[in-house]
Amino acid sequence: MIRVVLPAHLRTLARVEGDVLLEVEGPVTQRSVLDALEACYPMLRGTIRDHVTQERRPFLRFFACEEDLSHQPPDAPLPEAVASGAEPFWIIGAIAGG
Amino acid sequence: MATAKSSRPARVRLLVGTRKGAFILISDGKRRRWEVSDPHFAGWEIYHMKGSPADPNRLYASQTSGWFGQIIQRSDDGGKTWHQPGTPPGEPITTPEGMPKGESNKFVYDTSPKSGKPLTTHQWYDGTQHPWEFKRVWHLEPSLADPDTVYAGVEDAALFRSTDGGKTWHELAGLRGHGTGPQWSPGAGGMGLHTILIDPGNPQRMYVAISAAGTFRTEDGGKTWKPINRGLKSNYIPDPEAEVGHCVHRIAMHRSRPSVLFMQKHWDVLRSDDAGENWREVSGNLPTDFGFVIDVHAHEPETIYVVPIKSDSEHFPPEGKLRVYRSRTGGNEWEALTEGLPQRDCYVNVLRDAMAVDSLDPCGVYFGTTGGQVYASADAGDSWTPIVRDLPGVLSVEVQTLP
Repeated sequence: MIRVVLPAHLRTLARVEGDVLLEVEGPVTQRSVLDALEACYPMLRGTIRDHVTQERRPFLRFFACEEDLSHQPPDAPLPEAVASGAEPFWIIGAIAGG
Repeated sequence: MATAKSSRPARVRLLVGTRKGAFILISDGKRRRWEVSDPHFAGWEIYHMKGSPADPNRLYASQTSGWFGQIIQRSDDGGKTWHQPGTPPGEPITTPEGMPKGESNKFVYDTSPKSGKPLTTHQWYDGTQHPWEFKRVWHLEPSLADPDTVYAGVEDAALFRSTDGGKTWHELAGLRGHGTGPQWSPGAGGMGLHTILIDPGNPQRMYVAISAAGTFRTEDGGKTWKPINRGLKSNYIPDPEAEVGHCVHRIAMHRSRPSVLFMQKHWDVLRSDDAGENWREVSGNLPTDFGFVIDVHAHEPETIYVVPIKSDSEHFPPEGKLRVYRSRTGGNEWEALTEGLPQRDCYVNVLRDAMAVDSLDPCGVYFGTTGGQVYASADAGDSWTPIVRDLPGVLSVEVQTLP
């Protein structure tokens, strides 16, 4: 199982508490994890990636294993520790605004 | 045994959108005591909430965020519970044929040749052409007759419609495509479509207003549009009397006279008596004719309200005095309404969607401020009371009169 940590506002929208657990078929990549997340929680479509371009929204970042993976290609494999569920995939909102 | 029923007293429900959530305030018809809800959608900007005239328990809300984009929320029980009207959790996100199912926050501009001219750019701050980019929904206007039909005015300026209760949205592309679109340009607050008025006698006729493009009218339910800005003079554009480019802040009408329109422009208060074909200034004796809100008394079509703001460089009331101005003559002659409003040290603003009137008699008038106060008058503006003082900055106020 893949573990995903959502920002508080997205947990509220998805009506979940704590980490989200996902089954991902095939290679574990940013795209496959986000596809699985949106399939389980369709209300999150458009809040992390643009509906049309599928690009990451500008004020969000993707972290895992103490690395910023935001600029990795969406189909690049995520670290093995994420694929095995040992480490979570973090979706982070920028610290900004008032 | 007598079975006569006493008529149930009216109730009033106020829908307040703020920079950090939505609040619902409820009172009985006396409008003296108000119950204030806990925040809905806490921490999000709520640009606008509005109820369906055909089903007052059906509410729509525009929830937005710089981080997470646009969300549309819907309530079917008068604001007690809310949901995103798209695909429920656990259901496939595509149909068996592979078509995407409802995505209530998907606003994609229509550039197809068959449904509208493919228009993809407008004027940017430096004079170059810039692609249209969806940012947020500024205003939601439910149909007068069908609770599942609702219009959305968005930034970058365009008009969308949903006919399935907010599950899916489609642009009425004839507005951007009618010809002047490349000349529209954003003001400092963005290029938003903020006003949508539906003619109660003829739903095929609608008016919209855009900052900074102007006012537009359709006679065919939104397929084709015409700019209606003759008589507007704006010294901040190269040709002050141009066909488009005017920063209209708000327009209002009385449902009994849908061809009479009132406008608060960036500067100037104006009226039209011919469905927007011609406008004339009615600022009269206002201390300043800059402002954002304008509204019409529920039972007196020539009684209108504005809140003068000192200037576009100083977005607060003149002299630190918060005054609503009322004209009982459809403009030109204005009286200051001050009872119950702060008359010193007041430097709040009142934004374009933050005034509303109820339909009780006497007419109730409401407005919210960027300082988080909501003021109410239960006597058509003669006296005012702050019914809540410390909300986040108020973006919008709507009111429902409930049986």
